Amino acid sequence: MTAMLNIKDLRAYYGQVQALHGLEFALNQGSVTTLLGANGAGKTTTLRAICNMVRSTGAIEFDGAPLAGRSTENIVRLGIAHVPQGRGTFTTMTVEENLQLGAITRKDKAGVVSDIERMYDHFPVLKQRHTQQAGTLSGGEQQMLAVARALMLRPRLMLLDEPSFGLAPLIVRDLFKILGKINREDKVTILVVEQNAQLALELADKAFVIETGRIVMSGSANEIANNEDVRKSYLGY
Amino acid sequence: MSAVEDVVTEAPAVEAVPKRAMTLGYGTSLVMLGLLIVAPMFVKNFIIFQLTMLLIYGLAVLALNILTGGSGQFSLGQSAFYAVGAYTSAILMEHVGMNYALTLPIAGIVCFGFGFLFGQPALRLSGVYLALATFALATAMPQLLKLGYFEHWTGGVQGLVVTKPDAPFGLPMSQDMWLYYFTLVVTIAIYIFSVNLLRSRSGRAFMAIRDNEIAASAMGIDVALYKTLAFGVSAGITGVAGGLGAITVQFVAPDGYTISLAINLFLGMVVGGVGWLPGSIVGSAFIIFVPNIAEGISKGLSGAVFGILLFLVIFLVPHGARQVAIVAQQLIGKLKKN
Amino acid sequence: MELFTNQVLAGIATGAIYACMALAVVMIYQAIDHLNFAQGEMAMFSTFVCWQLMQWGVPYWGAFLITLVFSFAGGIAIERLLFKPLAKAPILTNVAGFIALYAIINSVAGLIWDFTIKQFPTPFGSSPFLGSQLISTHQAGMIGVTLMLLVLLFVFFRFTRMGLAMRAAASLPESARLVGINTSWMIALGWGMAAAIGAIAGMLIAPVVFLEPNMMLGVLIYGFAAAVLGGLTSPLGAVVGGFLVGVFENLVGTYIPGVGNELKLPIALALIVTVLVVNPAGLFGRPIVKRV
Repeated sequence: MTAMLNIKDLRAYYGQVQALHGLEFALNQGSVTTLLGANGAGKTTTLRAICNMVRSTGAIEFDGAPLAGRSTENIVRLGIAHVPQGRGTFTTMTVEENLQLGAITRKDKAGVVSDIERMYDHFPVLKQRHTQQAGTLSGGEQQMLAVARALMLRPRLMLLDEPSFGLAPLIVRDLFKILGKINREDKVTILVVEQNAQLALELADKAFVIETGRIVMSGSANEIANNEDVRKSYLGY
Repeated sequence: MSAVEDVVTEAPAVEAVPKRAMTLGYGTSLVMLGLLIVAPMFVKNFIIFQLTMLLIYGLAVLALNILTGGSGQFSLGQSAFYAVGAYTSAILMEHVGMNYALTLPIAGIVCFGFGFLFGQPALRLSGVYLALATFALATAMPQLLKLGYFEHWTGGVQGLVVTKPDAPFGLPMSQDMWLYYFTLVVTIAIYIFSVNLLRSRSGRAFMAIRDNEIAASAMGIDVALYKTLAFGVSAGITGVAGGLGAITVQFVAPDGYTISLAINLFLGMVVGGVGWLPGSIVGSAFIIFVPNIAEGISKGLSGAVFGILLFLVIFLVPHGARQVAIVAQQLIGKLKKN
Repeated sequence: MELFTNQVLAGIATGAIYACMALAVVMIYQAIDHLNFAQGEMAMFSTFVCWQLMQWGVPYWGAFLITLVFSFAGGIAIERLLFKPLAKAPILTNVAGFIALYAIINSVAGLIWDFTIKQFPTPFGSSPFLGSQLISTHQAGMIGVTLMLLVLLFVFFRFTRMGLAMRAAASLPESARLVGINTSWMIALGWGMAAAIGAIAGMLIAPVVFLEPNMMLGVLIYGFAAAVLGGLTSPLGAVVGGFLVGVFENLVGTYIPGVGNELKLPIALALIVTVLVVNPAGLFGRPIVKRV
């Protein structure tokens, strides 16, 4: 397997404050990787740095091409979809318009139309509400909309920032099932940041643990799940 | 970074200024005060008059700053409050024969009431809607003052001439100089009051509303009360400034209080730094002196020169004089360390 | 009753002016999320350019088209040069920028073309429309053009990808970038379109109010009022708001005794504020769901 995303010596800053201290990791094509860590460890920052939404140094390569100097929108156009924390819903627009926006950079009209139908298959609740203002959706529905919107890009890599945040456990389970399906069927590489370590480790092939902006542990999801420290700090047993 | 930030659908119109950052340190304040006391001793009467106006507009900008920088409400109607204050003082002095100094608190109270009442309907409005409502007030005020109905009191279009007070107790100073020191005392008193207001419980309530109205009400803050209160206080201070202005200019007339005055006060606030009270005086200096400078550079294009100067200021320091002060503070801090 | 109908008709005729301006106001509000106080001056400047072209012998429609292109490019240039650097500055600083722009354009136009009143031609003629003395063919033409613009804008925002992208960029820039929209250019484009629509408004208004550097001052205020009344997010609301404001203004002048020309504006504004107090999102505005 070849590395799709390759990150070397990534450092990120908020003003004077350094949030990441030289991260190195690689994502394999078609894999699901999870980034674990406590609040403030730098998980969100890592995702934001990949999309150039925070000032950073170091090398990020996507398919062998450096991302440095590219604007957020140009990075997205390469096929990297980012589901931000808080979901980023266009609240004043309808559900369907939100989905169309996800595909705004695509030129194949027919493909977009059929993809919207596919999303409605994945998430039937969105179909029921397709003319509704997206701001009126519940948190879980908005999270599904956010994932669906990201998929409309037909991304090759999807970055998910705490998709389980604020959702009921049952809904979270559904959501992760769908993520697994998307990974298998559409060959989308996934990098997911999660507080819900258990679910994330079930879904993932590979896992990294970060603490205060540094990777302190990495391995296959199984290894990490069975690691004593991880179990105590993140899985709670 | 935080989840809360992403969920907020509407960012606050005014960036949050922590309350400590809204004022000056002791040392700097004393130096400023010393400068203000000494300044008029070395200049001509006309410049003393301009310095007095600097303080008066400074007060009016400060009042707007309390409203916008403090409670996050926006007003283009400050000229109306200024006009009411000016006319209250003028009418009390000329028709009732009241001492000029006594008219000021009355002007303040009248305007406080007026602002508080105006704040009631304004409660339902925010952002551009509030701007439009206050704008309506500002355009209506000169016309209302011209109405034949009130002409006996207001003097109609002609306005009223106000007598300039002499220095009391036979003090050996010119009228202009006396008025300057009188204004300075009032200004300092109001400045200290404002600083303490913003540090008080009410001030914290203002700022909570500014930063997040829904969260503020969830914390048990009576949003309606504090928003109208902010309007009242702001209008009251503007009224005192208006009264002082009437005494200093010795004249009130409807066309002296048009929307352009309100726009100027707004520009003063931006140039001084929104939410930074000491910046009010810098903003006031901008709106008094820069139009003259522009006129001096080119008579035919004075408007364009003024616009370009304004652009220069906001390009260089988008956060106004506050930004300069912060940079200066850091530099001084570094020097001290070395 | 006849007086009433006549005043309403006259109100609609003046309302067409406000509607046209309000459309431009809403356009830029969609793109940049605030009101551009210099919009009237930009429209005035465009109208002068058209006038100048005609003075040089360019026929009306030729001058009209050149002016549109000039205004579109000019709007983009103003955004790139003056307001893009302010993108990260506080909103109120941007408002100060609009005021500065206002002063600059007004002053420059006064210097180039001086402050004397100039005649501006109309392509629709100025004979009575359908035998009515109250509405001229020009005013009818203006209403027609406004409605046409409205339909075009509606189609653009509702059914085109570019329109959707512009709306997204205005409402939530960060999310818009995350779906691959170049938000910075969407803003510039919004400025260009608003400038072009403003130019159309200016060229249609000039035959009525005459051409001079301060011609747009009153019109812009009414245009703002109309846009706000309509809800700021809705082009349809802006147009309806424009007509309503025109009718308001006329009826107030006719029926409330002692209201001179000077009090018309404050009273019309007060009425609008009353409407807003009752319905803060404006008549056609979409209420926005607010969360903490």
